[in-house]
Parts: sequence; structure tokens; C-alpha cells
Amino acid sequence: MADATPGAAPAAKPDAAGDPTQEYRRIITIEGLNKWFGSFHVLRDIDLTVERQEKIVICGPSGSGKSTLIRCINRLEDHQEGRIVIDGTELTHDLKNIDTIRREVGMVFQQFNLFPHLTVLENLCIAPIWVRKTPRDEAEALAHRYLERVKIPEQADKYPGQLSGGQQQRVAIARSLCMQPNIMLFDEPTSALDPEMIKEVLDVMVDLAESGMTMLVVTHEMGFASQVADRVIFMDQGQIVEQNTPSEFFNNPQSDRTRLFLSQILDK
Amino acid sequence: MTAQPFHRSQGDMLTGRAAPVATVGVIGWLRANLFSSWFSTALTLLALYLLSLIVPALIDWAYVDADFAGDNRFACKSSGACWAWVDQRIDQFLYGRYTADQTWRVDLAVVLLIPALAPLLFEGVPFARQLRWFSLAYPAVATLLLVGGIGLESVPTDRFGGFMLNLTVGLAGIVLSLPVGILLALGRRSRLPVIRVLCIVFIEAVRGVPLITLLFVSNIILPTFLPPDVTLDSLIRVIVMVTAFASAYMAEVIRGGLQAIPRGQYEAAQALGLRYWQTMGLIVLPQALKISIPGIVNTFIGLFKDTTLVIIIAMFDILGIGNAMLAHPDWQGLSTEAYVFIALFFFVACFSMSRYSIHLEKRLDTERRD
Repeated sequence: MADATPGAAPAAKPDAAGDPTQEYRRIITIEGLNKWFGSFHVLRDIDLTVERQEKIVICGPSGSGKSTLIRCINRLEDHQEGRIVIDGTELTHDLKNIDTIRREVGMVFQQFNLFPHLTVLENLCIAPIWVRKTPRDEAEALAHRYLERVKIPEQADKYPGQLSGGQQQRVAIARSLCMQPNIMLFDEPTSALDPEMIKEVLDVMVDLAESGMTMLVVTHEMGFASQVADRVIFMDQGQIVEQNTPSEFFNNPQSDRTRLFLSQILDK
Repeated sequence: MTAQPFHRSQGDMLTGRAAPVATVGVIGWLRANLFSSWFSTALTLLALYLLSLIVPALIDWAYVDADFAGDNRFACKSSGACWAWVDQRIDQFLYGRYTADQTWRVDLAVVLLIPALAPLLFEGVPFARQLRWFSLAYPAVATLLLVGGIGLESVPTDRFGGFMLNLTVGLAGIVLSLPVGILLALGRRSRLPVIRVLCIVFIEAVRGVPLITLLFVSNIILPTFLPPDVTLDSLIRVIVMVTAFASAYMAEVIRGGLQAIPRGQYEAAQALGLRYWQTMGLIVLPQALKISIPGIVNTFIGLFKDTTLVIIIAMFDILGIGNAMLAHPDWQGLSTEAYVFIALFFFVACFSMSRYSIHLEKRLDTERRD
């Protein structure tokens, strides 16, 4: 499969129906997505398609709905209107579809959310063993491989509480990877970290991006965005305001709101 | 969270030194716990003074000046306690009216309790895996031993009494009320309205009345609703009611633990594809139960002491046997001795549970750092 990285994915792609290659390359299709928390309209008419191996950075002020958007993709939040199709499976109330999608989509949280009563190794093995029914020894071999990959092979038998924040987040990434997902969602993965630990986590994410993983990353790390993103999406008040390649996005923002946001975030 | 930056100083690193003698060992412990301030020192001295008054007097009463033999209370001539009844009545205190030549079966059931509980309670027990199968079979084995069947002479449950009755009702209640309590707690948090409402009604109804009332209901009112040819064994009724009562409390204790688990734990489990029961069984309950240990053991201890209430439906547990003895002309007036003796049984059982819960909390504490 000679699937070249779609270097400059166009911001708004015209309808590609009828072209089987295009159809195959699309891994996430979101159409007319609307969501309310009570009476608060948190996502408004979101349309978004993501191609295989594409890396997307989503940014925007707090409360803009960016976290909610990616949480809809693995059904941590349900939506009231619109369609979400992940690799050919549509997200509905059908629990079977939800299971299928969650097995394919990994997620990394701002607060790590490691299981504190389990060792690092058990954290990594629990889903492969119980969800994928992988035999224990295979699951452990897999876990050791991914711990190697996030550069903490020596911490396997410790408990999460004994690790630094950066190490915990890398374990959380490895835990998701152990399910061998096709898509990885990152919800502000470095926001809860002390400054000196941000780089070790970003390094792992860059490495993962280079391996060809499809990634949706909610972050304010603009350095990361310009280094690995194929596309940067700016959200405000539940809408996608602007999306573009990183260089265009940073150097030539189209809307006033984007310019305001960028000036605030780059000042810091 | 527990994240901690690694501070690295530049230049020479200082190597660690041993802590000062006065902060470790016996002297350190004494200092820290008994003589840390003038107030603490004063309290320590006061406590020592009170102990010096009580302990020698207690030993004199219970042992030095006590009588240990005799056929009735008139045989006790000294100033201390009269323990003459113990030798004559101990079988009643332990077994109630259990068929006299069959009491070895009760003893055996208690002895077998040790290998049944050990692999569940402690780590590093030899043959733990095989023994767990025995733990699983133990309720059936114990029932067979106590009630009879398969060649063992049948002993009707209304002959059960003394401390073995407390143990039977207490242990059955403890073993049953934990899983029932867990299910009720999960049910109360369920998204399905029918299950949630049923659990809330059960918990609030049972918690809202005294255990004595429940026992009366089971003993007097329930049979009037059942067809006359249906009889429920009164021991089973007691166990059901005690279990229902304790599990309602248990459910609320565990619900408190469940509420302490952050949403992120559920979300991480869901995002990994774990189903509801897997999320609960592997991720949420192990953490929630760990937090709830003090409350759970509290409920167990309460349940165990409540087993003395069976006297109101005419079952004679160890307390009932004691009261019966005190009503006998031979032993009238020895209530201090009888109640101290009975209290010891309960204290040993309840204090063991309390110590075990502390041990378990320490063993399960994974938040500790190296």
C-alpha cells in the first residue's frame, strides 16, 4: 500500500463520491454534526472529513467545543444531529457499532486517566486481554514493545502513582497503542504537565505521527502543529471557523477571530 | 496529580545521611507519639496513672481473687470473680442445644474455616489456587456439617445456639451482604429507571426500619401470608433478614466509594473498549471497594453484633444462653462475669476484623511512592 502522506490536504474537499480511492482514503466523515448540552448549543453544523494517515491539530479558545468534537468520535459524548462515520461504521445507538469504533480509535486524555490500582504493565494489557481476547503472554509482549517505543521500558512493574506526569502520559499513549488503533485522539495531552515534561510527550507524538498514524490532536502547542500537522482547524463557539495548512494558517489567517486567537496564544 | 518535577542541582550532589538517632527506633517512636509536647506528656502520665489503678484491680478480680470450681454460686467464697459456671456451662455457651455428641461437627466446621478464608484474606498462602476451590465449596461443606445429611445425623436448626449461632448468622450475613450490597449500589446508579427505582425503594425501606422489626416481620407476619403448608426454616429467615438489612447499609457505603472514582476512569475504560461489566469489575469496583473498606468493615462489625437480636424470635445465641443461665437460681447475680465472658468473644471477633481491614488497606495502597 503505497499511501503517500497527503502533504497538503485541501481545506475543503469537493464531494468525492464515486471515486473508490477517495472513498477508501476517508477514515472519518462527519456531516452536519450538532450537539447540545441541555440548551447550550455546543457543536454547530460541523462538517469534517479526515483521510488515512492525516494529522489534524484542532485549536480554539476554551469552550469552543474542540474537546467535545473529538469526544463525539469515540462516543464519550453522543450527538443529537448529523452523521459520524468511522472507517465505514456509522456511530448510532447500536452498541455493537460503538464497540467496533472504540476498538479502532485510541484516546489520550489531559489527565492521563491511568488506572491507579494496576501496574503499568497491567494498565497496558487489560484492554487487549479483555476486549481483543489476546492471550496474556502475547499481550505482555506487545505491552513491553510499546513501553520500549515510548521510552520507559524499565517502569513496567511500577504503579502510575510512582511515575512523573510525563511518564504517566507516555504510559497512557502506550496503553492506547496496545489496542492497535487506526486513529488516535489526543485531548490536550500536554496541558496538565509541568513545562519540562511537555517535550518528552510531544517527542513520542511526533514519532507516532511519523509512523503514519491518523491523529486528531486538540492542543495549543503550535510548535507541534507546524511540525507535524497536515491541517490546522480553528474552532470558536462550536463552529469550525477556519482550516488550512499550518503555514497558511499561521502566516495568513483568514478570519479576525483566528488572528485574535493567534495573537493571544503566541504572545504567551 | 502526583507529578513531581525532578529538581537537579548543579555542582556537587550531597549524599544521603542516616537520620538522627532521636527520630527513629523506640526512642523516636516514644518521642513522636507520647512526649511530643508538654500537653502530650501530661496526657501520657495521666493515662499511665489511670492504668495503674485499673489493671492491677482487674487482674485481682478476674484471676488472683477468683474462684474457678464449684457446683453453684454458693461455692464461690473469695472476693473476686466466680468462674465456677464456666466449666459446667461452656458447651451451652458455644453450641446452644446442639446435639451433645455431635458438637465435633461444629468444631470441624470452624477449623475448616481457616483454610477456606486464608487464601481469600492473605497473600502468599501456599496452595492458594487449589484452596480457593475449597473456599467456594465451604458454604456447602459447612451446611452439610452443621445440618447433617449424607450419613451425618440430622440436627434441626432450632437446636443451633450459643456462639455457633452468632457465627453462623454472622458469617452467612457477611458473605452474602457484600455481593448483594454491590449489586444494590450499582443498581441505584443505573441508567435504567426500573432497576434504579427498585434499588432505591429496597434500600430506603430496609434502612428505614430497625432490624428487630424485620425479624418480627419474618417470624410472625410473613407466615400468615404464606400458604399453611409452606414453612421456611427460621434460621434461613434470620439469615435473609440480617443479609437484607446489612446489604442496604453496604449499598450506601459502596455508593460513596463509587462516587469517589473520577469520571476519567470510566472514560478511559470506555475509550479502550471495555464493556459495562468489565469497566465495573476491572476498573471501578476494585478502586471503589478499596476506598470503602472502613465502611464495609464497619457494617460487618455491626452485623456481627446484631446477631444477638435473634433472641427476640426465641433463638438462643450466646447472649441468650447467658441470660438463661443468670435466671437459674444456682448462678443468679453473676451477670458481671457472664457478660464479661460474652463480651470477650465479640471483642476478639470484631477487633480481628478491624485489624484485618487496616492490614488490607495498607496492602492495597498503590498510591505510595518508592
